[in-house]
Amino acid sequence: MSWGGGDTALAQATQGRRLEARRMLFLLGWVIILLSAVRWATGAPDLTSSGTYGASLRLAVPILLAGLGGLYAERTGVVNIGLEGMMILGTWFGAWGGVQFGPWWGVVLGITGGMLGGLVHAVATITFGVNQIVSGVAINILAAGVARFLSVIAFTGHGGGATQSPQVTSSLPRLTVPVLAGGKFFGWQSPDVLGWLEQKHWYLLSDTSAMFRGFMVDLSILTVITLLLVPGTYLFLWRTRLGLRMRSAGENPWAAESLGVRVYTMKYLGVLISGALAGLAGAFLVLEAAGIYREGQTGGRGFIGLAAMIFGNWRPSGVAAAAGLFGYADALNLRSADAVHALLLFVGISLTALGIWYLYRRRFTGGVVSVLIGGLVFLWFAVTDAVPDQFIFITPYVATLVVLAVASQRLRMPTYDGIPFRKGEQIS
Amino acid sequence: MAERAPTVELKGITKTFPGVVANDDVNLAVFPAEIHAVVGENGAGKSTLMKILYGMLRPDGGTIRVDGRVVRFRSPKDAIAAGIGMVHQHFMLAANFTVLENVVLGSEPARAGALDFVGARARIRELSETHGAPLDPDRVTEDLAVGERQRVEIVKVLYRGARILILDEPTSVLVPQEVEELFRNLRELKGHGVTIIFISHKLDEVLEIADSITVVRDGHAVATVKPEDVTARQLAELMVGSELPTPETRESTVTEEVVLSVRGLGVRVEGRRVLEEANFDIHRGEIVGIAGVEGNGQRQLVEALMGLRKPDEGIIELAGVDVTLWPTRARREGGLGYIPEDRQGRGLLLPSPLWENTMLGHQTIDPFSRGPWVNRGGAHRRTEELIREYNVMTPGPDTSALALSGGNQQKLIVGREMIAEPKVLIAAQPTRGIDVGAQAAVWEQIRRARAAGLALLLISADLEELIGLSDTLYVIFRGRLVAKVDPATVTPEELGSYMTGAREAASA
Amino acid sequence: MSKRFRIRLLWLLVPVSAVVLAFGVSSLVLIAIGENPISAFRSMFRYGSQQNSLVSTVNRAVPLYVAGLAVAIGFKMNLFNIGVEGQYRLAALLSAAAGAAVVLPAPLHVAFIMLVAMAVGAGWAGIAGVLKVKRGVHEVVSTIMLNSIATGVTAYLLANYLRKPRVGSELLLATHPIPASGQLPPLAVIGGEELRSFVLIAVALGVLVYVLIWRTRFGYDLRASGINPDAARASGADPNRMILTTMLISGAIAGLIGMGDLFGFFHAYTLDFPVGLGFDGIAVALVGLNHPVGIAIAAMVFSWVDRAAQILDLEGVPKEVIIITKGVIILSVVIAYEVVRRLVQAQEVKNAAEETRRLEEREEAVAA
Repeated sequence: MSWGGGDTALAQATQGRRLEARRMLFLLGWVIILLSAVRWATGAPDLTSSGTYGASLRLAVPILLAGLGGLYAERTGVVNIGLEGMMILGTWFGAWGGVQFGPWWGVVLGITGGMLGGLVHAVATITFGVNQIVSGVAINILAAGVARFLSVIAFTGHGGGATQSPQVTSSLPRLTVPVLAGGKFFGWQSPDVLGWLEQKHWYLLSDTSAMFRGFMVDLSILTVITLLLVPGTYLFLWRTRLGLRMRSAGENPWAAESLGVRVYTMKYLGVLISGALAGLAGAFLVLEAAGIYREGQTGGRGFIGLAAMIFGNWRPSGVAAAAGLFGYADALNLRSADAVHALLLFVGISLTALGIWYLYRRRFTGGVVSVLIGGLVFLWFAVTDAVPDQFIFITPYVATLVVLAVASQRLRMPTYDGIPFRKGEQIS
Repeated sequence: MAERAPTVELKGITKTFPGVVANDDVNLAVFPAEIHAVVGENGAGKSTLMKILYGMLRPDGGTIRVDGRVVRFRSPKDAIAAGIGMVHQHFMLAANFTVLENVVLGSEPARAGALDFVGARARIRELSETHGAPLDPDRVTEDLAVGERQRVEIVKVLYRGARILILDEPTSVLVPQEVEELFRNLRELKGHGVTIIFISHKLDEVLEIADSITVVRDGHAVATVKPEDVTARQLAELMVGSELPTPETRESTVTEEVVLSVRGLGVRVEGRRVLEEANFDIHRGEIVGIAGVEGNGQRQLVEALMGLRKPDEGIIELAGVDVTLWPTRARREGGLGYIPEDRQGRGLLLPSPLWENTMLGHQTIDPFSRGPWVNRGGAHRRTEELIREYNVMTPGPDTSALALSGGNQQKLIVGREMIAEPKVLIAAQPTRGIDVGAQAAVWEQIRRARAAGLALLLISADLEELIGLSDTLYVIFRGRLVAKVDPATVTPEELGSYMTGAREAASA
Repeated sequence: MSKRFRIRLLWLLVPVSAVVLAFGVSSLVLIAIGENPISAFRSMFRYGSQQNSLVSTVNRAVPLYVAGLAVAIGFKMNLFNIGVEGQYRLAALLSAAAGAAVVLPAPLHVAFIMLVAMAVGAGWAGIAGVLKVKRGVHEVVSTIMLNSIATGVTAYLLANYLRKPRVGSELLLATHPIPASGQLPPLAVIGGEELRSFVLIAVALGVLVYVLIWRTRFGYDLRASGINPDAARASGADPNRMILTTMLISGAIAGLIGMGDLFGFFHAYTLDFPVGLGFDGIAVALVGLNHPVGIAIAAMVFSWVDRAAQILDLEGVPKEVIIITKGVIILSVVIAYEVVRRLVQAQEVKNAAEETRRLEEREEAVAA
């Protein structure tokens, strides 16, 4: 099974990486500039408000954690579709731990719950050789069932029910950056420079300040930990001995085995870390975002995390960028119908521009399709006043699909990702 | 007989797998700083023996002694610690890793877990320079040429301080000039006191480089000789235990009728021209051979001919019909047969019964299907016919393909393609990795079919096979057909020069 | 021949180990929460073997079976259509609305509704198929996204376009009711419970799927593509066409998942139309090892367990324990299958080698 990324064997390595960095910067610039313009034109402040950015960050965290989880597993060559199920276990155990013992215990138990799911996946796929996707799907089904069963046992009659837990009363510490964003500094209420800039609604300057401020206000400690995990993962996987060995399990397990690397152990490690991160994502959802466990809370974020991993080209920085994008879509969804409507304008213009670029590069089918869809979206924006509720709900899923559809071709997954490794049976 | 103690001594090594005894009471003694060749045909047990020596397999019986001490290897790590290094036939390299990462993997220099590459980089440069051409440690392995990758494998082994080197069929992917370079390398290493075990079935090379030769046959070590005491023919007979088959063909059966015509065929991959300006015809009753080192465009040529890849330019005509853009199925139905070079990967459905494998490639025509329906009875009957005619050793048509030996699998594939009486048959490495008996059988079938009017495109790395079977022989190099030679008069050395571009023909 | 018998015995290990483990683990869990597993199972058996329970089991099993078939067709080609959930919901909505909008003579009306359902299911699955073929998007992620999107689209369409006008203080959103010509009368009434006629269509569907996969050229190409995509390509199977066609067929069958409930009970698409059948179908396909007969058995077992467990609430035992039971069955089947497959392969290699040696010896004896 492969993720379908085209003729990967001949992708240009180094040159591709350099181009990628330049392209990323260009895209970032485009987004900021156009988004600010649309905000100014439509008067929908939430499009670029610090509140939205803050919410984006908060909503991106579980996706980022899931994406990193997927990355760890796939870098060791194991596809982990079961992230959603492991996240569900994380939400349940996070809630239970939080109610019983306190929020930090919730975090620990959530991580453990996810890891248990990871252990099942690891045993099934690595030791027994079950098809990795089948195992992942089975774990998703199982985890949902187990959560329901445990809820009946633990929550009914104690303030909760079969589909939700009692409220988690205490919460984890939060911080706000002083001076720039008005945080408290040893009890002294500091000025809120970026907030002041944001209120001015000056084109681009206010929007960028808002963006920075959004990332500095009311940050959960888990958010900080998650953000640190991004460079941390890079350092771990690319700059340590263990990380090199883990990656070798995904790049050429037979070579690794022949050099004395214990490939099975590396894969187990990758999948267990994967489960742990998914569990942490679940714990975050419960302890930070909702304060309560609810059935269905994960809402497909495990899969969106996988999409972030693919879109991020299996690199921590890419996963972070993609998670940010999905978090933003999720945030708009929740904040304001106006903003979603304004987003249509942004998407319409961007797609049309992309289409024109494709046509200029003589890619006719891509160009025509993009211009057509861009035009339709623009029309939709012009003709309607608001986007119906049901459609707002599906924004992140559509965003995921669109992103995958646009980006899937140019990606490079670990060489032996998804290919089962049995000692001695070489598939060369 | 020298009185030195052997560096490596295998005594009574036995190893069985389900259904087959790979090594049966094998003894091997290798002396310090000697180049010791282990020869035998495919499936004789040489690779198994070496895997045992390298710790990848555990023997069922027998002892291993290194420098006089009995050792027990639980994994390659133990073997590496004992100073043994192995360069595998199929390179064990991670394409996405840099040379540095590939070399240090498993023995990484680290400070508290964090990688410390500075020293390693210097050492790799030093090792690669003193023993051959320098390697850049930070290049991504995927970007290296085949010969360079082999050097990475050798450096990998030397980096770990190996004093005993096992090379498994090292020349199978090299041209004669690169083989000379490798041999120079090996002699230098020998001069530095390294002991080398060299596994091969290429007898002329073995006679050139080895100090001592052990012949393995059917899991037994049948003889140990010195190269000056034997001829290649004697060695071969020791390997096979009987008369050798010869691939030579007799009179010409080439007719005037062109069944396959290729004009100006070109394939581009990511902008690079992998195949360029390919021009040739194949007539009824003719075998056209294409010689070339793997990776010079043969795969893309075959894919374009089969319809698995769209060519960027050129025309392919099958029996006069332009099939350049036809889908694969239409071409197969139109009389194009295919013996893929990777029989398990591209030619068989391993878990399926033989009768379903006979259908593969022909599932839409008689007797395998009637309309939209699969004709099980027809498939069974055809399979039984095939088993008889092509001497496939199997209990019956319902056996799973994976239960057959490599040679029998190949006979099945060759049989199913030929029994369908194709107009043109494309055979890529048709006798790779099968025992001599099966190889002889396949050659005989090819010769017979040719006499009956089959047109065959033979793509092979076995120069003897090419020279022996082809009526017309081309050489492919860097995507172009650079030479057209007369198989009756050309020598392997000449061919090798064309294949490496050392010599350019006047016209192709 | 004892060799082949040994292989058949090995395969039997799969369901046996699943049942044993399922019972074992469930018993342990029950004991852990202070319940008596033996009395619980006894109650379940007693309740579940009542006539009305058996009929209800069949009714419940039918949509599971159809879902399992839809998923299995994809699985056979290593194509993971996880989107059956969204496909069937959208299909149920649109076919109910279409069915309510026309009047046709009875058999035609039913056929029309089914065709609309199949078309919608195929179309929605086709989106994922096109994305995979044209853009290389993996179908697992895309179909799951499409599930959620289908939920939104269904809700939107039902709320704004397709619902019947509210009568009095009715709260339930629903499509217009389908007239009698578009309803299927029950096959029989046993023990007070109606046996829905759609079961006949489901059985026919199972036969059709078996024939399609194992007796047609298309089925051969499909299985070959699942076993060895490279070899299948070299043999002429067009991978893109195969992916698209398989997704369409899978989606079309998925569209029929809701038909049993639609024809036999609801006669309209409402907000309390059964959900989750898609995911249950995946479980059933896995346990049934992607074979129409296996899926039928799995669907019956899962439905029966669901039905029989209803009695547990009355006994004070949390009926959710069967979720654990079903989960263990899924996991153990999936793992046991891999283990047994390897054992069987090893046995086959051994058998073949021995027989080959016997053949060779016979040949040599003849030649001598």
